[in-house]
Amino acid sequence: MSKKKVIGMKKKKFGIGTLLIYIFLSLFAITTIYPMIWVVQNAFKTSNDIMSSSFTMPTSLLWDNFKTAIVRMNIFKGYANSLIISGSVVLFAVFFGSLASFILARFEFKGRKIIKTLVIGSLLIPIFATILPVFRMLLSWKLIDTHRGVILPQIANNLPFTIMLLTSFMETIPKELEEAGVVEGANAWQVFSRIIMPITKPAIATTATFAFLWSYNDLFTSLIIIRSKAKFPINRLLTEISSQYGTDYGLLCAVIVLIIVPVLTVYMLAQNQIVEGMTAGAVKG
Amino acid sequence: MRGNKRSRNIIIVLFLLPALIFLVVFMFYPFIMNFINSFYKSDGFLESTFIGLDNYRRLLKDDTIKIAVKNTYEIMLYVCVFEVGIAIILACMVDSITKGQKFFRTVYFFPIVISATAIGMMFKLVYSYDVGLLNSIMEALGQERRNWITVKSAVKMVSIPIVWQYIGFYFIIILTAIKQIPKELYESAHLDGINGFTKTIYITLPLIRNVIITCLILAINGVLKVFDMVLVITEGGPLNKSQILGLYMYKKAFADNTFGYAATISVLIVVLGLLTIFIVNKIFKKDTITY
Repeated sequence: MSKKKVIGMKKKKFGIGTLLIYIFLSLFAITTIYPMIWVVQNAFKTSNDIMSSSFTMPTSLLWDNFKTAIVRMNIFKGYANSLIISGSVVLFAVFFGSLASFILARFEFKGRKIIKTLVIGSLLIPIFATILPVFRMLLSWKLIDTHRGVILPQIANNLPFTIMLLTSFMETIPKELEEAGVVEGANAWQVFSRIIMPITKPAIATTATFAFLWSYNDLFTSLIIIRSKAKFPINRLLTEISSQYGTDYGLLCAVIVLIIVPVLTVYMLAQNQIVEGMTAGAVKG
Repeated sequence: MRGNKRSRNIIIVLFLLPALIFLVVFMFYPFIMNFINSFYKSDGFLESTFIGLDNYRRLLKDDTIKIAVKNTYEIMLYVCVFEVGIAIILACMVDSITKGQKFFRTVYFFPIVISATAIGMMFKLVYSYDVGLLNSIMEALGQERRNWITVKSAVKMVSIPIVWQYIGFYFIIILTAIKQIPKELYESAHLDGINGFTKTIYITLPLIRNVIITCLILAINGVLKVFDMVLVITEGGPLNKSQILGLYMYKKAFADNTFGYAATISVLIVVLGLLTIFIVNKIFKKDTITY
């Protein structure tokens, strides 16, 4: 056995083939890195400078574009709006989702199968197929142009994935753990909050990052529901600036940088969580 | 959980209720209403008249719909061939190297965390006539500047960022699958003298077949959800040549105020989605592989 391993592990020649592989991999890496560098370097130039040469590094750091973005475009307000919306979506989708998952994973009852099928089926419903009636409902509830109008449908859209993932995780928790709790006189809520939830933490982190990124990056819902500029989340603000100041290329680059930087920072800090959160559905399904 | 049956049932209902209310109110009910609305002529506010299949007749005659459906399948083709294809190549390559795996994993995933809106805006600038990266390269090479988004090229130019953004996503999924293949399988192959490229074709790929199919289904399904990227880069133009169904539906509802017809378009999106997934599943039947 150990001999076999040695044979498999040997042969680490650094030949032409390996070199070609590294070249190819690096070329693709350049396509993911360079566009961002290009945007960053142009964010420090005036539109005229960009027109004469968009390749070169900026000769001096011109902060005007960022100042305009922050002062005139109110980018920070956009961040705040995005955080309010995405934060609430994560909170409620994860909380309601884990309550439902707890029941679906740990209880036998009539209709359990039907509910599970419905949840999985709702994964196939695209947002385009629900948004028009949802828009009408929100209109009649006077929730158009409010953050709640975006938050409510986004919670619903995140629930199927959350429930699917959390249910399959909770099903793997050994029954003995909660039985011990019941013997000690814990009620359902205590079993849920003190035994199940702490064990489910990794899966919850996964669904939470997924829900957050999905909501933070979504443009469609806010495009339809939110009308006044003061309430725009960050993405919506970007499209607005583009339609109003479409030829102010330096400003546009600065705004793109301001949108990209926080997400990339979070990605670098919580890389494993995020990669797992985004790919979990695919691997499970 | 023992306790009496009644309180058990109350718990079940109480815990399930919030999630179910959200799903019913914001997904199932609107989904059904949307289908019903497709038989009405409606401006979304006051007017609403039953017109039977008229919206569907209009759908069949609508040239923009034909373009949008054609574009959807064209993008699906690119996504299957290039997105999943390049992801497979990259994953096999990264798996075969010893240094820098972590670096490539990190870097390839970059575009996925960024919103399609920001990526779309970035590519719009890259394509731009005055300042674009592409025209800067052309000039550096001594060529003429040109208009990158034309009637002919629009769909392709829009497809590039769509395909590019998610390569890293499928790359990670496929790489994870490759890493789960037991080492023993490779060792016996190695003893039989199978190495490198042949190893990938005859051993790795057949073993991760199911994962590749899952990736194809996800990628195809993803195309039906494309919206932001096209809105930002071309708005479906020029002359609707890069129009896609989601964006067209949005325009019909909120620019032209034809809610009933927009509902019909979204029914088409659902039907196309189910049909395509059904066909893909038929073509590539999943085998169960045990190691």
